[in-house]
Amino acid sequence: MNNIFVFCEIEENNVVADVSQELLTKGRVLANQLNCKLEAVVLGDKLTDVEKNILPYGVDILHIAEHGKLYPYLTLPFASIIVDLIKKVQPQVALFGATTIGRDLAPRVASALKCGLTADCTELVIGEHTENRTGKEYKDLLYQVRPAFGGNIIATIINPDTRPQMATVREGVMKKEIVNSQYQGEIHRINAEEIMRGEDFVARIIERHIEARKINIKAANIIIAGGYGVGSRDGFKLLYELGAAIGAEVGASRAAVDAGFVEHERQIGQTGITVRPKLYIACGISGQIQHRAGMMESSMIISINNDPHAPINSIADYTIIGDLSEVLPRMIKSFRKNSK
Amino acid sequence: MKQLKIVVLAKQVPDTHNVGKDAMKADGTVNRGALPAIFNPEDLNALEQAIRLKENNPGSTLTIITMGPARAAEVIREGLYRGADNGYLITDRRFAGSDTLATSYAISMAVRKLMPVDVIICGRQAIDGDTAQVGPQVAEKLQIPQITYAEEIVSVDDKELTVKRRLERGIEIVASQMPVLVTVHSSAPPCRARNAKLLMKYKHARCITEWQEAGEDYLHLQKERPYLNIMEWSVDDIQADVEWLGLSGSPTKVKKIESVVFKAKESKVLTSSEADIDWLMKDLISNHTIG
Repeated sequence: MNNIFVFCEIEENNVVADVSQELLTKGRVLANQLNCKLEAVVLGDKLTDVEKNILPYGVDILHIAEHGKLYPYLTLPFASIIVDLIKKVQPQVALFGATTIGRDLAPRVASALKCGLTADCTELVIGEHTENRTGKEYKDLLYQVRPAFGGNIIATIINPDTRPQMATVREGVMKKEIVNSQYQGEIHRINAEEIMRGEDFVARIIERHIEARKINIKAANIIIAGGYGVGSRDGFKLLYELGAAIGAEVGASRAAVDAGFVEHERQIGQTGITVRPKLYIACGISGQIQHRAGMMESSMIISINNDPHAPINSIADYTIIGDLSEVLPRMIKSFRKNSK
Repeated sequence: MKQLKIVVLAKQVPDTHNVGKDAMKADGTVNRGALPAIFNPEDLNALEQAIRLKENNPGSTLTIITMGPARAAEVIREGLYRGADNGYLITDRRFAGSDTLATSYAISMAVRKLMPVDVIICGRQAIDGDTAQVGPQVAEKLQIPQITYAEEIVSVDDKELTVKRRLERGIEIVASQMPVLVTVHSSAPPCRARNAKLLMKYKHARCITEWQEAGEDYLHLQKERPYLNIMEWSVDDIQADVEWLGLSGSPTKVKKIESVVFKAKESKVLTSSEADIDWLMKDLISNHTIG
């Protein structure tokens, strides 16, 4: 039986990336639907107990490649091992996180396998297809749904004739959920030394300065997000102040990140992280379609904007028309007065 | 100093970041004609890195390649105005419908014609698809290493190119043997403006299709000033196998396209007055949204 296959990414401090666990959760659902197994692969160095953070998501077979040369990530040795493994286990679907690693690796693998790959999917569902020209029918295809044209259209992509059907998904788009902390899966060890070739090491890492993840914006119940309208790095101080007062995390639109007001880690939207907090306060965010896609499932949305016609107002529960420099201090003051 | 042969891959794209009201047709599909065609933004970052590399290594050459209809020659002209030495337009009806895999096959076949090449530089992704797939796939097809998410080409010696990469939470410096393909991130420096002298020199540069469409007598121009000729390459010129191009060479198919519809909410509009804000904060506290 051709299984579902998920590439699990290892972050700094040897932790399994959230996005990989989100994909495992989705992979489990697809495997149940297709009545097949869920397989995962993880590559790295000193992966002690890594299975404890993978198997509970319902993984039936976990392939582990442990080798001193497999951390930090390098394109060519990773590609060699993944291509070799996919050729051996022949999955029908292969999923990767749309991270800098996933978006570096997956296209290289797809090209080597001459397979179709769909980037940054927002939905993965099983469906059927009839080829117009030939009348040929396909069952149990993976519908890969993704925004295109700058988010103005949503396209459903299929790969009828090549396997695996490959896709990448951004962090936060899928929800993660443990199936059973005692879930029993087999572990297969990969002999990386045998597969890697000398020419896989023509590129080498000279220096790395990577910070461990500091902010977990997805986990926040309340998010205060600033846009280009915040005006400056200094302008964001008010957002942090309100955040500290009401217990919220600070996020940002792409425009604010590109302008250098805040770090990239806080970016919300189609090219950042997708969030679903209880309350989302959008400050000076006009609400480009790409931003709205990453926060529209928030339970409640408040927009604070000078512009009564900002697109974000149309999906907000409350719209406050006014200056942030006026509104935010008033919110802080009012909260302090009334929360006792 | 090494004299490098540098190739830039660039794409002409519809300006999806500035979508006007008439950009969508009534049936929900994109009206490509209503969107201005621009030089893909990250390809401009890539071009700047290529020009700097050429300047720092005297005797190097810079060639720009693009794939598309005749009007995509505009991308090559923009490259010439900034310091590219020549350009090739890969154009053929048989490329139509190519997905990233078929596109990278075509581009890799064109690059093969220019081999030996030392460095291939392109943008990380194009704004019409945002897939970031073509760069790595061209590298795989050429069986050369890739360095993605580049912010700066730091240095080059006889064998190796050293590149600073911009990752989610930091940076990485990678050295790779050449030939190597580099994809450049938007955090890299913006591209310089056109050079006035080069603009004068190349403003009449055209590909043959453009000359023919304009009904101009191009033979004498081509002869007197051969640098005005933007070469066109067809499927046959790059010796590509048509099976691997267009729809037949594209494993991904578009099943369905929908326009994005957001469910509008009944938004309650408040002023920035203390009374309005107080009312809202009390409401949020009493229903346990905050506090």
